[in-house]
Amino acid sequence: MRFILRRLGFYLIAFWVSITLNFLLPRFMPGDPVSRMFARSAGQMQPEQIEALRKLLGVDSRPIWEQYADYLHNIVTGNMGVSITRFPTPVTEVIASQIGWTLLLGGTALVIAAVVGNLLGILAAWRRGGAIDSALPPLLVFIGSFPYFWLAMGALYLFGVILGWSPLRHAFTDGLEPAFSWEFIGDAGAHLVLPALTIVLVSIGGWMLGMRNTMIATNAEDYITMAEAKGLKPGRIMFRYAARNAMLPSVTSFGMGLGFVVGGALLTEVVFAYPGVGYQLLNAVQGLDYPLMQGLFLTITAAVLLANFLVDILYVRLDPRVRAS
Amino acid sequence: MTTYIDPSPSAAAAALESPTAAPASGAPAPGSAAAPAPRKPRQGLVHGLLSNSKAMVGAAILLVFIALALLAPVLFPGDPSRITDMAGLEPSAEHWLGTTAKGQDVMALTIHGARSSLLVGLTVGFASTFVGILVGLASAYFGKFIDEALSLVTNVFLLLPGLPLLVILAAFLPPGLGTVILVLIVTGWAGSARVLRSQALSIRSKDFVAAAVVSGERAGRIMFREILPNMASIVMGTLLACVIYGIGAQAGLEFLGLGDVSTVSWGNNLFWAGNEGALMTGSWWVFVPSGVCIALVAFALALINYAVDEVTNPRLRKIKPVSEGKAAK
Amino acid sequence: MTVSQVSFGSHEPVLEVKDLTVKYVGDTRSTTAVDRVSFSIGTGEIFGLAGESGCGKSTIANTIMRLLKDPAKIAGGSIRFGGKDVLAMGPEELRRFRWQDVAMVFQSAMNSLNPVLTIGEQITDIYTTHAGYSRKESLRRAAELLELVRIDPVRLKSYPHQLSGGMRQRAVIAMAVALKPSLLILDEPTTALDVVVQQEIMAQIKELQHELGFSVLFITHDMSLMVELSHRMAVMYGGRIVETAKAADIHTAPQHPYTQALMGAFPPLTGPRIPLTGLADGVKFHNIPDLAEVTPGHFVAPFAATDTASAHNSAAACGPATSPALLEGAAR
Ligand SMILES: Nc1ncnc2c1ncn2[C@@H]1O[C@H](COP(=O)(O)OP(=O)(O)OP(=O)(O)O)[C@@H](O)[C@H]1O
Ligand SMILES: [Mg+2]
Repeated sequence: MRFILRRLGFYLIAFWVSITLNFLLPRFMPGDPVSRMFARSAGQMQPEQIEALRKLLGVDSRPIWEQYADYLHNIVTGNMGVSITRFPTPVTEVIASQIGWTLLLGGTALVIAAVVGNLLGILAAWRRGGAIDSALPPLLVFIGSFPYFWLAMGALYLFGVILGWSPLRHAFTDGLEPAFSWEFIGDAGAHLVLPALTIVLVSIGGWMLGMRNTMIATNAEDYITMAEAKGLKPGRIMFRYAARNAMLPSVTSFGMGLGFVVGGALLTEVVFAYPGVGYQLLNAVQGLDYPLMQGLFLTITAAVLLANFLVDILYVRLDPRVRAS
Repeated sequence: MTTYIDPSPSAAAAALESPTAAPASGAPAPGSAAAPAPRKPRQGLVHGLLSNSKAMVGAAILLVFIALALLAPVLFPGDPSRITDMAGLEPSAEHWLGTTAKGQDVMALTIHGARSSLLVGLTVGFASTFVGILVGLASAYFGKFIDEALSLVTNVFLLLPGLPLLVILAAFLPPGLGTVILVLIVTGWAGSARVLRSQALSIRSKDFVAAAVVSGERAGRIMFREILPNMASIVMGTLLACVIYGIGAQAGLEFLGLGDVSTVSWGNNLFWAGNEGALMTGSWWVFVPSGVCIALVAFALALINYAVDEVTNPRLRKIKPVSEGKAAK
Repeated sequence: MTVSQVSFGSHEPVLEVKDLTVKYVGDTRSTTAVDRVSFSIGTGEIFGLAGESGCGKSTIANTIMRLLKDPAKIAGGSIRFGGKDVLAMGPEELRRFRWQDVAMVFQSAMNSLNPVLTIGEQITDIYTTHAGYSRKESLRRAAELLELVRIDPVRLKSYPHQLSGGMRQRAVIAMAVALKPSLLILDEPTTALDVVVQQEIMAQIKELQHELGFSVLFITHDMSLMVELSHRMAVMYGGRIVETAKAADIHTAPQHPYTQALMGAFPPLTGPRIPLTGLADGVKFHNIPDLAEVTPGHFVAPFAATDTASAHNSAAACGPATSPALLEGAAR
């Protein structure tokens, strides 16, 4: 329990840091991005909306701590201003309409990569010098050396443009109404395969190598020798004794991997014009939509922190030594 | 973006390096089992790397790219990004890698691109590692409050999703190469700090450091003369991982159009390739070379990194599959 | 209890090790950790193996159970257990042989428990794998087993880190006798424990041995403990056995200078005080020859008489020095 509380405290601090970063960036950066933004979108906004945005982004004559308190209050109450590019939709609404796609893409890719990668790592470590162990790591490291977005471009070119097996862009066919129908789910699935696969392909090597190396370390532990001496069946030793222990660091990196996948998803979303938060973030940057940018960053951060917290809870379930204290 | 897993393979390897406790006994060691005299770690590392085929292949690839980058102005004089009317040509004897939609020679763009990409990658790599060393050493040496505070900051930075943070920072800062480098260091140092801190901590707890502290040596001397030299292989691994990160992250940032679009670099080449629709028009030769170059450099660095792990951690070394039963008789 | 009062069990050997040689093959150099070692253990016999750190004791123990991992290679010799050739066993036969026929308490018994499984799970998987008992039956037997080593059966639900060192050690011993093996290997079973717990555990092992009648291969640094517990014993040096005899004989009349030094390093349990002596600095033995029988049942590796004086002041007359200088006392 103490462990969980400590971690919770840590995530709160991390979140506070990202909020503060968001607060400070527009206020202390050289140049004046905010007036650039107003210059571009003047005319369509009501005076009171302009006033609210000014406050949000720090074009404000009040003392800084007062601005800060105001800002914190706004964030806590979920008021992140209105989007400029999608004027006058509130930022929160824009994000809500898009985060699902990112969760789908990133989540699918992360789970597949972690599960398959870890299994391959276990097998490679178990059969040192075997086929999996000698062929796959160099291959996956090589594939992992390519930039996410480049592989995505290549895959899009090959499977989308040349072979025509995969749709070229978006999360579902234009004109289709999102609904819980087989038609829509199938369509969305078809749009998901290629982007997800490219993320899996690039990130799987890291999982595999990490797991392989921890497994090799674990295999040298005395309790593995003891398990062998006990004459247990190889499968049981491999999973209940070796992998079950080697998994623990892997669970921790799952949390870290999440931030990574969010980044990878961002680039992949851009290549496939996949309407997730990453794609939206880039649009916001290009459209100088600072409120949306900030809202997206906070949302992504919050999602990553939350996921990490869930991973911690899982970790406590998996490691009795942490559970006790 | 290839490298947010940061130096995790080497981190795992670091964890493996459990001290293989040399049996210390008062009795004289039997002749057949005398322990070899401890080699100096750095000599061992260099020697091991020189005789490691992975390291050599990696180093060779890297040297080729460095040579190309240095020779770029000689090989392709003039501004590679100059727009000409020979647009969209396929690879031919004259333009080995074809031309872009703006009539730029892709070969020239690629080789000139190596300059900026390697420069940024190396700068970011060295700077992040340097920050990581400072933070790690300070954490380990001073401990207590300083360690708590530095670890907290490190962990927060590790947890904040890297690429979105990059995007946000790049969006607020004035565009330019300096911004790119700064932003990459800000998001990249934490990974190395974490790895280096844990290694520095384990060395800090060794007797010879305690002896140095007792004998009143200055803090700086202890950190950089006593602790640092004993972390050579970890520092090396971290540096390589950071360079990989730098090159990959720069490319990602530039691909999103958030770099300095006026420079010629691999990331910018890909940005323009995307922008000009090279994919949709089937001009694969425009986007293949830069991506392959990034991958080759990253792969070369990863090979060296892997070799460092192998050399310092014998357990990871490849073993000949000989079953013990057959070996009898 | 002295050795002479203990019955020797039958002379039918349970384990026969012949000319066993094990090497650790490195990139640049290899070490011969066990060099042409032969010994046998009779039914119900306690056989002690002594020798300084690094002389190859654990390697022998691991070889008997075929637990060697890379870079270790069995370079020669044979191991027979109850007539079966251990080195020729296939994977499945080997798996059954382990723990049912030979069980082992590891030198690092503290670390030989899986940290993420309960003690109960780690005992029951022995029964479910080898005996095919149901989970319930296995648990019942596991509880009995813990009682045998005086641990409260509620501990079945505990994880290893929740037990004290001594309890963990006893749990491991309990596991080792779970299937009533005919040979139990104890590799320094008490090194990490304090003296009181050590005594308790040794007493328990003795008791179990009486009750279940298994043979024991007992490895320790503690010569007095070994002499007290074993029927016969062997002394190893640098991968070779330099002397083997009844424990009482080695205790009263050690022949090889190395054995003498080892015995001298520990105070005798009874009798007049004598000053402790060790091996003189820099004394090293090379090319130790095969054992030769000096008195019935007492085998010693021949050694040169000249250098023994530097090793042990009274040893000069004892050695049957038949071969040329093999013991090198480095002049200081
Ligand atoms: N994995 C290994 N690789 C290389 N050499 C090894 C390995 N394991 C053991 N050795 C060497 O084999 C020799 C015998 O080791 P072993 O563990 O059998 O000694 P021991 O007699 O059990 O010592 P201790 O009393 O300290 O337990 C030692 O010299 C040791 O250095
Ligand atoms: Mg041992």
